[in-house]
Amino acid sequence: MSAVIAMNADELARGQRRERAQFIGLSLPATLLILIIVFLPLFWLSSLSFLDRGGELSTENYQRLTGDLYVEAFVVTFQISAAVTALCVLLGYPLAYWLSRKPQHTANLLLICVLLPFWTAVLVRTYAWLVLLQRNGLINNTLLSLGVIDAPLQLAHNLTASIIGMVHIMLPFLVLPLYATMKSIDGDLVRAAVGLGSSPTEAFWRIFVPMSLPGLFAGVVLVFIMSLGFYVTPALLGGGRVQMLAQRIESTITIFSNWGAASALGVVLLVMALALVALLHRVFGLDKLFVR
Amino acid sequence: MAAAAASSQSLPITVSNLVKAYGDLRVLDDVSIAIRPGEFMTLLGPSGSGKTTLLMALAGFVSPESGSIRFGEQEMITTSPHKRGVGMVFQSYALFPFMSVVENVAYPLKIRGVSPAEQKSRAEAALEMVKLGGYGGRRINQLSGGQKQRVALARAMVFEPRIILMDEPLSALDKKLREHMQIELKQLHQKLDATIVYVTHDQREALTMSDRIAVINKGRIAQLDEPKALYRRPNSLFVADFIGETVLLPVQREGDGVSLQGRKLKLATPTPSGNGPLQLVIRPELLQLDAGDDGDTNTIAGVVRQTIYQGDSVLLIIDAGDGREVSVRIATSRAGQASLPDSGSRIALGLHRDDTVVLAEQAP
Repeated sequence: MSAVIAMNADELARGQRRERAQFIGLSLPATLLILIIVFLPLFWLSSLSFLDRGGELSTENYQRLTGDLYVEAFVVTFQISAAVTALCVLLGYPLAYWLSRKPQHTANLLLICVLLPFWTAVLVRTYAWLVLLQRNGLINNTLLSLGVIDAPLQLAHNLTASIIGMVHIMLPFLVLPLYATMKSIDGDLVRAAVGLGSSPTEAFWRIFVPMSLPGLFAGVVLVFIMSLGFYVTPALLGGGRVQMLAQRIESTITIFSNWGAASALGVVLLVMALALVALLHRVFGLDKLFVR
Repeated sequence: MAAAAASSQSLPITVSNLVKAYGDLRVLDDVSIAIRPGEFMTLLGPSGSGKTTLLMALAGFVSPESGSIRFGEQEMITTSPHKRGVGMVFQSYALFPFMSVVENVAYPLKIRGVSPAEQKSRAEAALEMVKLGGYGGRRINQLSGGQKQRVALARAMVFEPRIILMDEPLSALDKKLREHMQIELKQLHQKLDATIVYVTHDQREALTMSDRIAVINKGRIAQLDEPKALYRRPNSLFVADFIGETVLLPVQREGDGVSLQGRKLKLATPTPSGNGPLQLVIRPELLQLDAGDDGDTNTIAGVVRQTIYQGDSVLLIIDAGDGREVSVRIATSRAGQASLPDSGSRIALGLHRDDTVVLAEQAP
């Protein structure tokens, strides 16, 4: 008997080893890929930022960031990101709520509409906005031919155009996590609140909204952080008048070919984004956002 | 609620000719029911019978096509749910997960503008009543199923509603806890001055807790009675079959009466009218093994097929002729092993006339 138990123990241990090997084997390619395409360049980038033009170790690149031009880029970037996030919440929350109250098959169909922009490249969508907003674009021409205005309005190549374009591209990132969270809210909870004496409006604010906050925060974090590093849309729709950090990085490299300075900007942006995530995690517990 | 708030006593509920239809399906088919003030009324029925729809109509979450719902003297049929002033306990508990236990219980008070200090003391008192004193600070996800159920109860009664509605509140609990909570709920009801309407599909639960039970089938009330009457004098085969353990034996009409195995039966109730087929309703525990003929007992002859030991009782399967099986349940305390008949032996079972109920196959 004990011989059988010993043999089984061997066999069971072998099975466990095999399972472990499978697990490592399956996750290895992705791990390597992330190491090579994310962490190596990051490491290289941050080490570049600590070298001056002569290749000597220095903090020159970071000192330069305290200059007005850079500080302004940071401020503008944060302002635009905040505005885009706020607009996404204003547009996305009612949309997600409406979707989550629809029967499943209708909701699925409508969700595809929300996702539809994902099937087109960001560049294409940005040019589409240009077609609509520019001096002799669709909107101006229509208004002119209707006689509503005498001269074309300045719709493109400014801050408003950049924000419109960015909100359009970011909206799905807010709606999707929010919709998922709203969908998982037990309808009995709102009913219970009404049954206990809350008016439907009160039940919505006291019960539904707090329950939807995790999804809202997940969406807000996604939109805000992605906006911080946004390049194409503000570059094209802003027409050079809107200088966000990503554009500043680009011009630092293409015009001044100063890799160290550009790297420093990138590192600061990354650190800020991480700090923001860490702060939100401290306040709301981001790990709870995704697993419920 | 305003007019109802004049007295602090529990309210009667009067439902008249209530109809709710989904397309062609009449989920509530002209239902009328008068629930007495302070009564524990159970709506009992199989799934899809309309019992939950009736409860939700009382709560205001389902709006009927026609009919009347009155709480006391006040018509409620068009009143929005949050103005009906009823306490409600949901099957899924429906506790607010982002609030602590005491915040959950205090919620109805907060809505009603009660001062924070009073909210706290009344919520604590309600938790005390459901034996959860000291649990106020816990999170909802730290509670067991039974504790969650108690919190839901405390929340439904904390604002002293005159009517409390409960939708299968114990169905998610395991059997042992459920039976324990049944007793506790019944005791709680005696302390509360509230009319309770309770929905369940569990006939035993209904029998245990209720003052009266409305058996609902296909959107209609099949029978409304006290538990004992419902069990001993079912008015239809549906009710007889749904409540308790039931064996049916076909019997023959013979003049004014009925006969079984060629012997005329002494009945507790009049013979059903008409000339459709009839069934004798037998509760296995009401059959006696050693039937003496005292003039008030019907006898059923049969052959013992099987003896099954079930812990608290012994079940005998008897062949009553024509392949009809009758089961007899004998409490273990009375079933001295020696006195049990062997398999294959012929026996005569006794059924007292007061327990002899014959029903028509088609409900009248």
